[in-house]
Amino acid sequence: MLDADFFRRWMTATAASVHREADRLTALDSPIGDADHGSNLQRGFTAVTAALEKEETDTPGAVLVLAGRQLISTVGGASGPLYGTLLRRTGKALGDAAEVSEAEFAEALRAGVDAVMQLGGAAPGDKTMIDALVPAVAALGDGFGAAGTAAERGAEATTPLQARKGRASYLGERSIGHQDPGATSSALLIAALGEAGGK
Amino acid sequence: MSDEKLVGIVLVSHSAAVATAVAELAKGLAGGGAAVPVAAAGGTEGGGLGTSAELVAAAAASVDRGAGVALLTDLGSAVLTVKALLAEGDELPGSARLVDAPFVEGAVAAVVTAATGADLDAVTAAASEAYAYRKV
Repeated sequence: MLDADFFRRWMTATAASVHREADRLTALDSPIGDADHGSNLQRGFTAVTAALEKEETDTPGAVLVLAGRQLISTVGGASGPLYGTLLRRTGKALGDAAEVSEAEFAEALRAGVDAVMQLGGAAPGDKTMIDALVPAVAALGDGFGAAGTAAERGAEATTPLQARKGRASYLGERSIGHQDPGATSSALLIAALGEAGGK
Repeated sequence: MSDEKLVGIVLVSHSAAVATAVAELAKGLAGGGAAVPVAAAGGTEGGGLGTSAELVAAAAASVDRGAGVALLTDLGSAVLTVKALLAEGDELPGSARLVDAPFVEGAVAAVVTAATGADLDAVTAAASEAYAYRKV
């Protein structure tokens, strides 16, 4: 079972990973975006860990709802509302339970990913974070390791795609040949589940 | 003269300069526009390019006179931030609405219409109709 501590570890591990990879995320965002993805997410997840230290969160749902609200408020780019919605909807789907099973978490994350698709209007293959998140949710039944691998492969598979959403879509065919920064950071988020599980 | 019943307008742009200038333009072009509560929410809190949920929420609260609040946005994170805040439920006035409209032309149409004392539906419709104005 996964308790509030697990979800706090997930957020802390994501923040550490985003911090470690911030330069890479920004470098990926330079040719096809506005070169702020790493610094934006770093600011957002720094606020998430600060809020989790300051405010009491007793349930998995409360941890994710608080984290999502911080991301919406602090990121400043499109990734804020998108990641914020992902975590908030996942947290809301978990309800008030003190502990949730991995299957319940997988179901909740699926609801979160659906909310992101609705908010941004992106579908699989549009070269967005969805291309990492959808395969991750599908693989979650086989464990966090499998989900991490699926997300990483999904992110890598965005390289030959042409962007159809966001600023990169203005570039048309010139967006081809670059790995999507949002899919890459989504893979970091999913990989952090494994770190949170392994303590 | 009381502006208590006028619809409030919030202009959300990636740039503080753009949001402020469009607010001035819309009020300047609207007869009686000075009475319409219009607030600009441009850029990040640090003054950079982007969208600040805090600035958007503060702007919406500042123009809420009880007749509804219409939010117009430019693109990308401005649209997504307003949508996420509306989904949040308690960060924006209950009557707040994202208007599907071109930013500059929609802002002018919204302020002109709001100045007549029109309700939120009419302001929304006028702003959206600005899409139909072709230039060529």
